[in-house]
Amino acid sequence: MLRHFTTRLLSRSIKFRPFSTNVAAASAADDAFVKAWRSTIPNLEPPKTPLSFMQPRPPAPSTLPSKLTVNLVLPYSSEFSNKEVDMVIIPATNGQMGILPGHVSTIAELKPGLLSVHEENGVKKYFVSGGFAFIHANSFADIIAVEAVPIDQLDSASAQKGLAEFTLKLSSASTDLERAEAQIGVDVYSAINSALSG
Amino acid sequence: MAMAALRREGRRFATPLMSANPANTLRSSLLPSEEQAILGVRSISTQVVRNRMRSVRNIQKITKAMKMVAASKLRAIQTRTENSRGLWQPFTALLGDLPSVDVKKTVVVTVSSDKGLCGGINSTSVKISRALHKLNSGPEKEAKYVVLGEKAKAQLVRDSKKHIELSMTELQKNPLNYTQVSVLADDILKNVEFDALRLVFNKFHSVVSFMPTTATVLSPEVVEREAESGGKLGDLDLYEIEGAETKGEVLQNLAEFQFSCVLFNAVLENACSEQGARMSAMDSSSRNAGEMLDRLTLAYNRTRQASITTELIEIISGASALTG
Repeated sequence: MLRHFTTRLLSRSIKFRPFSTNVAAASAADDAFVKAWRSTIPNLEPPKTPLSFMQPRPPAPSTLPSKLTVNLVLPYSSEFSNKEVDMVIIPATNGQMGILPGHVSTIAELKPGLLSVHEENGVKKYFVSGGFAFIHANSFADIIAVEAVPIDQLDSASAQKGLAEFTLKLSSASTDLERAEAQIGVDVYSAINSALSG
Repeated sequence: MAMAALRREGRRFATPLMSANPANTLRSSLLPSEEQAILGVRSISTQVVRNRMRSVRNIQKITKAMKMVAASKLRAIQTRTENSRGLWQPFTALLGDLPSVDVKKTVVVTVSSDKGLCGGINSTSVKISRALHKLNSGPEKEAKYVVLGEKAKAQLVRDSKKHIELSMTELQKNPLNYTQVSVLADDILKNVEFDALRLVFNKFHSVVSFMPTTATVLSPEVVEREAESGGKLGDLDLYEIEGAETKGEVLQNLAEFQFSCVLFNAVLENACSEQGARMSAMDSSSRNAGEMLDRLTLAYNRTRQASITTELIEIISGASALTG
């Protein structure tokens, strides 16, 4: 009886398996890759690809959505994931850039500066050290930053001190590398200072 | 009749001892003296079993400790891994993932561990890397390896030494951090020419299961080519580019940043799978050692009892020989 049960279970799982992988493959994995893999290396399962671990994004809606969906990701945490907000202002390399729902799709590089997220109940302000922002046609905004800290966790006194320190370093730098490093320090600290004061 | 046979047996067993040192026959083989260990045939076997039991017990202690260590390390690294999972998703949403892309220079980046005793994760990633290498090398195409970690290096050096472009070890000396990984990514980008980087790593799923995964990072030129030719990356042309002077420059920055982010997640996932695999491997070897210990204890006790029985027979038969 038990043996029959297991065989039935096995046959069922075998019968259903191609079906279920077909669905997954059609939505996620690269068919051409799987096909090429199976013909070249028949005795090994093809590895997974990142797409199969990701939630598919919705297509661009025909009407303008009222909210912007924001992902703010950092190496050590995900600050926002699929959070719906009214507007974000990002520090792009050529000036602050406000993003509302229905923004044209854009790839923007970020410089050190203030990132503000406007929600229904208030504004959250972060200082980001740089990264990228992708704005998609479906009103999704992905912001990837190396560091982002809430602005109220920054200490203005030590920011002033850091700025002075790096200004000194910049004036005394002898090699190009030192100069570039000091310049980065000055840029970051002056961005922190202006974010704190403004 | 049976008694006589037993008596004969007893005498035969007893003779070497009796002749050497008759007083010793009364001693239990549990306490074998020096002479007995040399002369007596019986006590040797218990000695061997006892040594074996001791070594198995020591091994079990070690594997149990390793399991504990792996479990505590896993807990620390698992949260970091889960936190880093958001990092690559925006890139995949933007650039997609094209494992089937056809390029001239492929570099397979194999992520593995430095230490062994962690089940099959390293051989899995080596197998997948070899297969990817085979898939992407041909008459006009070439594939190279970049190996991270001691174990994959040891396996790949054997048959494809000439294809290894770069190998790095001791990744996990300090806890993995983004700064360190981005320096590593920079090293790879500077020293290796590539059209497509294929990262091979084991994605952590649960303590007992991991999934071999390959992530593809394209060079800026290939991204541009694919975007122009349409296909899956065709949407990229619709994006406005803000920032640097040219599109190429932004794509260059983007590709480098993408690689560092994907690599960061990959090394974390692999480290996490390593600890998980080590934990389950050590768990099963502790269990095996326990089973072995049980079997050895049984064998030991049986031998001990048998020798006691034999001695009793010797004594009884000796006594009956004197009276009879």
